[in-house]
Amino acid sequence: MNLFGKLTLSAIPLDQPIPMVASALMVLVVLLVLALITLKGYWPYLWREWLTSVDHKRIGVMYCVLALVMLLRGFTDAIMMRSQQAVGVGASQGYLPPEHFDQIFSAHGTIMIFFMAMPFMIGLMNFAVPLQLGIRDVAFPTLNSVSLWLTASGVLLTNVSLVVGEFAKTGWVAYPPLSELQFSPGVGVDYYLWALQISGVGTLMTGINFVTTILKMRAPGMSYMRMPVFCWTVLATNLLIVAAFPVLTATFAMLLLDRYLGFHFFTVGGQGNPMMYVNLFWVWGHPEVYILVLPAFGVYSEVISTFSDKPLFGYRSMVAATMAICILSFLVWLHHFFTMGAGADVNGFFGVMTMIIAVPTGVKIFNWMFTMYGGRVRFTVPILWSLGFMVTFVIGGMTGVLMAVPPADFQLHNSLFLIAHFHNVIIGGTVFGAMAGYNYWFPKAFGFTLDERWGKAAFWCWLVGFYVAFMPLYVLGLMGMTRRMQHYGDVSWQPWLVVAAAGTAIIFFGIICQIVQLVVSIRTRDQRRDTTGDPWNGRTLEWSTPSPPPVWNFAVMPRVTGKDAFWEHKLRMPDRPTGRDEPVYYEPIEIPKNSPTGFITAFFAVITGFALIWHIWWMAGAGVMGALVTILIFAWREEPETEIPAADVERVDRSRRAEFAR
Amino acid sequence: MSNVAGIYGSNGAMPASGSEAGPAPKEIVVAYGFWIFLLSDIVMFSAIFATYAVLANATAGGPTGAQLFNQKSVAIETVCLLLSSYTCGLMSLAINAGNRIGTFLGAAATFVLGAAFLALEIREFGGLVARGATPERSAFLSAFFTLVGCHGLHVTIGLLWLAVMMAQVATKGFLESVQRRLFCFSLFWHALDIIWVGLFSVVYLMGVG
Repeated sequence: MNLFGKLTLSAIPLDQPIPMVASALMVLVVLLVLALITLKGYWPYLWREWLTSVDHKRIGVMYCVLALVMLLRGFTDAIMMRSQQAVGVGASQGYLPPEHFDQIFSAHGTIMIFFMAMPFMIGLMNFAVPLQLGIRDVAFPTLNSVSLWLTASGVLLTNVSLVVGEFAKTGWVAYPPLSELQFSPGVGVDYYLWALQISGVGTLMTGINFVTTILKMRAPGMSYMRMPVFCWTVLATNLLIVAAFPVLTATFAMLLLDRYLGFHFFTVGGQGNPMMYVNLFWVWGHPEVYILVLPAFGVYSEVISTFSDKPLFGYRSMVAATMAICILSFLVWLHHFFTMGAGADVNGFFGVMTMIIAVPTGVKIFNWMFTMYGGRVRFTVPILWSLGFMVTFVIGGMTGVLMAVPPADFQLHNSLFLIAHFHNVIIGGTVFGAMAGYNYWFPKAFGFTLDERWGKAAFWCWLVGFYVAFMPLYVLGLMGMTRRMQHYGDVSWQPWLVVAAAGTAIIFFGIICQIVQLVVSIRTRDQRRDTTGDPWNGRTLEWSTPSPPPVWNFAVMPRVTGKDAFWEHKLRMPDRPTGRDEPVYYEPIEIPKNSPTGFITAFFAVITGFALIWHIWWMAGAGVMGALVTILIFAWREEPETEIPAADVERVDRSRRAEFAR
Repeated sequence: MSNVAGIYGSNGAMPASGSEAGPAPKEIVVAYGFWIFLLSDIVMFSAIFATYAVLANATAGGPTGAQLFNQKSVAIETVCLLLSSYTCGLMSLAINAGNRIGTFLGAAATFVLGAAFLALEIREFGGLVARGATPERSAFLSAFFTLVGCHGLHVTIGLLWLAVMMAQVATKGFLESVQRRLFCFSLFWHALDIIWVGLFSVVYLMGVG
């Protein structure tokens, strides 16, 4: 028996310069950050205020930071793919060998979907939803922290694969039989599977947490039809998480059983059925795209209504459209593989269902346009992202409807046309929404606004860069270029790919502008303080608290009498523009205690995952035991809450009020 | 400062009902969240059920369900599990009455019946493996072992959870948090019964029919 399973020194790809340089850089950055924290003595602060925090606002910020870092990682992969395809033609093989190129596109998809887009959306909902609902935290604060750290565990495992071993070469969908042991004997697919299983558990618990929070924890008076639309879209997203993620867990569990114990779910032998995997994967996968985009729709709704100084047009139809999408998203999965040959009737049904989803989405687009119509639109950074989204998403939506026609899909399946389509909707929908939400809620989270000029420069670079990078891919798709090609022979494709690479460079400038925006804003924060708590003349309850909000969010629980609760309130009390009426009396507030449970559980999850990937069975057992003991200790602690005396709440609240008065 | 009724002036107090009632009490929130978890768990089982249904005839020339299943043993398993749900219900009544002895007795009966179920299942699996009907033999057997084994794994976790809860009752007494967890446990245990009924019908009854 080998103490370290399959793990040997040869797992570190010393012979391959590109991954070695990349991982050396990554390790260096991580070490520098850790050294800086140690030198400055930030560890106690970090541990106390962030790593063990169960405060939804802190957790939200940490999710967004994680997502932004992973955006850089995923984007680096994108640059490598675009530059390889710009040069890998004819006699030239480019600079990336096929087995490395395959890992890059697999990692790019996996990271962007699971560790960038989703954590960003979950971060925004963590930050904003309890504030919008007028409550002090989510239903299960410690569980929320566990969710965050399990997601971070998945991130860590995926990035470890860069240094130790390899990542999957199967594409981000990991279809069998290619992903079976017979054809992928290395640890790449195992990294993929365990990273996603672990982070998937975290996501599922987020889903449970937010469904419960939104349905059971709203402030008094906030009926369903008074909830901000962002809360509605988050509810829909989390219902989708609860209904879809268990399918992914089951599917990956079956593939793991195939790979580890010789089962025959999806193998070519033993009468296994690889198409079963494809079906199950997309039963999760299609709802997943709505998990990504629905919260972004919510962000746009808030942003467009706020900066048009108008209530959202067609609130009820917006809610109905959101819930319709939520249900319809489970009835379209087969359009991801029309070419499977399910027959004309089945393909026809799923084609029609797919087209029907365009209807509620169209309703939303019109609602946003009518919200702006007749309003006095303030062209801030968040609304620029929203406008960019509306144009871009409509184009992406139309190419989607085009591919929903099965005969057309037979031509376009797996071509770059598809790649262009889904980047068109995911970047134009989710990423633009994330950026809008980031600029919109940043002052609430940190107490100062982000720089508008750099923000606008970032937006224009992203928008132009997006079109330059992805419109050529539509053309290439129609010319017959398939996805995932490390090398191609047709020289007439090359000019288009060079243009696409140039687009990536423009997006790169956009990202640089965003980094500069953040740095400039932090350095000039004293001039850009938000002392009112309401920098945008907002409509919903989060703008009624100070920026940043105190740990208890609301000194007294708000009472809601209508939609756009804070806006109504400001109208009723015009003598106080910040709209703060004095509470009659203060009460002591119970807030959940910090807990290291999430962090420690995640630590053991990483150990277990790593051990399972490398077949180090004793270590896997130890990791599982460690996690169980952590949970047992958590179950035995006496008081999960701590009480803040009314006098303290009053003192903080009154001093903040005095500050507003100045 | 005037006290015009604004969002804060009334300290959240208002006559409200239905969806305007404000945050629900903790025991309701916890139970509600656990229901959502159970639904997600059932979704996971449904994916495995669907897979089993697809692969039920994919025996790859190996043994079929009709050749393998022992109806008598499965019937005894079923009786054990259904009875354990009944004793779990008795335990819940004892908890509500604040009856510690009753709670321990109910829990012990539930544990023994659950363990008996598990022992019979392990014996069945052992027998199959001994006859060469292993999960590696065919896609059908892979799906069978996974579906039934996943339920068995849930029962195992349930038994561990029950043991932990009894330790908590013994050391902490009927704290509110302990009562909430016991309530969630009973929901979990009954849900496993429901899944077993589906499993019994789809795997064992249809498998020999």
